[in-house]
Amino acid sequence: MNWINALVQGVLLGGLYALFAAGLSLIFGVMRLVNIAHGDLIVLAAYMGLSTTIMLGIHPLLACVVVIPLMALFGYVLQRGILNQTLGDDILPPLLVTFGLSVIIQNALLEAYSADPQKMNVGILETASLSVGGLSIGVLPLLTFIVAVFVIGGLHWMFYHTGLGRAFRAVSDNQEIAQLMGLNKRHVFGLAMALSLAVTAIAGLLLGVRTNFDPSIGGARLIFGFEAVIIGGLGNLWGTLVGGIVLGVAQTIGAQINPGWQLLAGHLTFLLVLAVRPRGLFPRMTG
Amino acid sequence: MPEPILRTNNLTAWYGDFQALFGLDLELSDGEVIAIIGANGAGKSTLLRSIAGLNQSNSNQIWFRGNDIGALRADQIAQQGIALVPEGRQLFASLSVEENLIIGARSGRPGKWQLSSVYKLFPVLEERRHVPATELSGGQQQMVAIGRALMSNPELILFDEISLGLAPIIIKSIYEALPGIVDQGISAIIVEQDISKALSVSSRFYCLQEGKVALQGESRTAEREDISRAYFGVVQDEACHEGQI
Repeated sequence: MNWINALVQGVLLGGLYALFAAGLSLIFGVMRLVNIAHGDLIVLAAYMGLSTTIMLGIHPLLACVVVIPLMALFGYVLQRGILNQTLGDDILPPLLVTFGLSVIIQNALLEAYSADPQKMNVGILETASLSVGGLSIGVLPLLTFIVAVFVIGGLHWMFYHTGLGRAFRAVSDNQEIAQLMGLNKRHVFGLAMALSLAVTAIAGLLLGVRTNFDPSIGGARLIFGFEAVIIGGLGNLWGTLVGGIVLGVAQTIGAQINPGWQLLAGHLTFLLVLAVRPRGLFPRMTG
Repeated sequence: MPEPILRTNNLTAWYGDFQALFGLDLELSDGEVIAIIGANGAGKSTLLRSIAGLNQSNSNQIWFRGNDIGALRADQIAQQGIALVPEGRQLFASLSVEENLIIGARSGRPGKWQLSSVYKLFPVLEERRHVPATELSGGQQQMVAIGRALMSNPELILFDEISLGLAPIIIKSIYEALPGIVDQGISAIIVEQDISKALSVSSRFYCLQEGKVALQGESRTAEREDISRAYFGVVQDEACHEGQI
């Protein structure tokens, strides 16, 4: 029963990792930008949630109505103001600039909130659980997983059934020709980053109610996000969800074997997938 | 002669580090179809890319309908009513045939061309509307590329090598569709390797050589000999080599 429990907890944890990964996957897909600051942006969203909760005195999960639009706006401005200038044939400038951004966000958070771990309190929701066939499933992890499925499903629907999604795919296929269609790629990239950071905001809030966070934990979230994207296959959103689940299960199973093996098991599984299926489990069909 | 719809003014352009156009002057009247001919590397495609805004030009170098569009971005030029059918089709691989056409209408310019009229022009596309665009045959892909450009209801349409790599019978059918397009009052610039084809559908032609206009005139009265001289330059030996295109 312990193993089944580890499996179920791993799947639910995978939902959170998929949320970390979805934003990364989106912007890589649209503009081939690898955002090294992604993990720190997740942490930034968690702190924004903390401040919103304290200042407005609202429930941490309700803070999303403030944090999501703020992060989206920040994403658009960041893309139009800085990141668009780094995009070109050379992939190095965006890497360096987002790395710099990562350092800046970490230090700004350290300055503003200190290095003390913080947590958002969601009261009874933290310990609430459902009993299913002898398993005890936490309501919060379950909620996280359901949110992840809806977010990924929503992104998928947006990509394949809306004008904005068509614009994203067209720009991703061929930036030059997309401009001939009257699409301003700088604006499209701005919208993609806004959407990415809106998803990041959700991920950050759910992270912040689940565990303690401090300004230094962004790097590890970035790695989990990357691993989920790569395991699932680049450019495939549902694959990213599966990637998150594989990573989550690997970690909880690893922890079940030996509590010290949690992270190691996740990384080893990632390397194994990379060795066996270098393009991930579900690579996008075209290209 | 009516007011030119398009005028280039001492147009220069670079292809990487190489200068591809050296002070090109060209004029196009409203509703006119002109052909651009010339050998490989003469600057034909670069000219079209410059007009469409994919190659950077300077202000005052390109005028369209009395507006200086020289320094505008490609998406702004598309909004003004210039559409390019690019060399090699360049369809969006992750979009279906219909989505490729729909995104062509993105600029939101009103007019006759919409899905139904494009399907009427190329009925085969309607049958295959939900297929990924790059799974079509070369000729059908070219129809999508033309349809996609028409969907923006352009006033000027630029065709870059639309017969390249297609079977003769397909080329024939595509050229048969051309009058149906330009009869709508759309002006067109056609870049084409096949000189007789280019001359047969145009009223005037420009022959480019090494980024300059080597010859221009009425397509109907064009002398083949003058064209080959302008096409290949004066050195006859070179002409023999290049003639293998």
